[in-house]
Amino acid sequence: MKLFPALIDWRAPRTLVAVVVLIAFAVLPFAVGSDGDFYVKFATRVLIYALAAIGLNFILGFGGMVSLGHAMYVMLGAYCVGIPMQHEIASGWAHLALALVLTAVLATVVGAVALRTTGIAFIMITLAFAQMLFFVAVSLKEYGGDDGLTIASRSNFGLFDIASNVSLYYLAFFAVLLALYLSWRAVLSPFGLILRGSKANTRRALALGHPVLRYQLVAYVLSALVCAVAGVLLANLTQFASPSYGAWTLSGELIVIVILGGLGTVFGPLVGAVCLLVLEEILPTLVEATFPDYKSNWMLLLGLFIFFVALLLKRGVFGSLRGGVK
Amino acid sequence: MSALVTTSLVKRFGGVQATDNVSLTVESGQLHAIIGPNGAGKSTLIGQLAGEIKPDAGSIELFGNNVTAQSVVARANMGLARTYQITQLAKEFTALDNVLLAANAKASSNFRFWASAHADTKAVDQSLAALAKVGLLDAKDRTVGELGHGEQRQLEIAMALATEPKVLLLDEPLAGMSQGESAAMIALLKSLKGRYPMLLVEHDMDAVFQLADCVSVLVYGRIIATGAPDEIRSNADVRAAYLGDEVNA
Repeated sequence: MKLFPALIDWRAPRTLVAVVVLIAFAVLPFAVGSDGDFYVKFATRVLIYALAAIGLNFILGFGGMVSLGHAMYVMLGAYCVGIPMQHEIASGWAHLALALVLTAVLATVVGAVALRTTGIAFIMITLAFAQMLFFVAVSLKEYGGDDGLTIASRSNFGLFDIASNVSLYYLAFFAVLLALYLSWRAVLSPFGLILRGSKANTRRALALGHPVLRYQLVAYVLSALVCAVAGVLLANLTQFASPSYGAWTLSGELIVIVILGGLGTVFGPLVGAVCLLVLEEILPTLVEATFPDYKSNWMLLLGLFIFFVALLLKRGVFGSLRGGVK
Repeated sequence: MSALVTTSLVKRFGGVQATDNVSLTVESGQLHAIIGPNGAGKSTLIGQLAGEIKPDAGSIELFGNNVTAQSVVARANMGLARTYQITQLAKEFTALDNVLLAANAKASSNFRFWASAHADTKAVDQSLAALAKVGLLDAKDRTVGELGHGEQRQLEIAMALATEPKVLLLDEPLAGMSQGESAAMIALLKSLKGRYPMLLVEHDMDAVFQLADCVSVLVYGRIIATGAPDEIRSNADVRAAYLGDEVNA
């Protein structure tokens, strides 16, 4: 069996960018040294956002389903760490299993309802479900309600200890690598072909005999599961679970990451997450240093960046590069 | 057994009777053509046969099974394949991937996530054979956007063939083609004749009279005549309603 699902053109720009980005992430904790804790935690956050965006991209980029509610699965994943932890269940495997099972159930229900519609209605229904779950979390008074839930210690994954920030970083990096690899395979598989074909021409896919709804629902659930894993990791990074993880703004941010990176590419979400989160981090400092009076207006520059990417690079930062890997 | 039978099919859109008591039969191995002026209800009829449009009354039988209430997907999986008057392709896909999408349609659910779709040699061979059949083998790696109009029409046929159909519905396969492309398409349809029962909706009279075993004339949603090409050519009603000078010329 071949390791990669497609031939790789090692000299193509996309391949080079992908390899450089992955190597940079692989060596980052060594490069920043022992006082680089801030950078390691920041990079972990980038990886976790990338992971959630990879999940969303599976249905958004390849299935054409614009979900404005995927943050709810991130939040659900986070609470699957926070709530058991409050009851002194510290096993990371238990947290992960709980997150995956609950997400599979929720996503099946939400998907089955939302996929009856398309376009704007699909966006609104996914948003509505996310808002409902948001307020369910707010109403959990014994688990912090509005204020969120502080998590005393990180999940216990047995042999693989994530107490240190560097080990958590590598767990997140491993999760991203795995998600990239699996989604790459899935996108090129017969399932992925049908999913992409249904996006490109639903009418034709149906006329060929593909039960499109069934494929879309499975893709939707898989996509939600990846976001739930991101939630489990996020709760471990911040040692905090809060309704704000399920806010619609985060769902929106995930969409921006996917589009920024390049819709319909496997690797795009990681590039998109790096671009967005790094800019969000450095622009305020940059603006403060040059125009101290306008430091709260840094978002204007971020807006301009997104504007120009949308205008000039129609296929996103990574998607606009030529060939090579997906 | 007849491949496709409709009995008293009726479809109204508001006050318009788009399909008016249409009963027709496509016999196994036959090419049955439907001709009619614009607005005669040809596309509405195909839509009902494929399952995209629900008839108001009447029934549709596919190989003796009543499929009137069946979905598009169910009918496709029973072996009904169609092509579209306006090409319906996956635009960013290569020609091969379009056909591969069709070749993967035979299983009612296809949950294979791991191996590449291109590694499925059976489906790929079947797709290449379909492309070869329509003369697009050299264009297999070009995306739909890079194909000419005529090639896209050929790809439509290749996709239908790759599903290994039992009956073909062809909705104006010659629409918008140049003379050379038309000739190639007619030759292709001739080569498929006898292998699949076909229902051909077409404007091009030359093509219809060359290809069809049986011709039905649809005017204002109603079939005014059905018969062998020669009978239709000489039928007075048909000439009055539709053919006009074209036959005499």
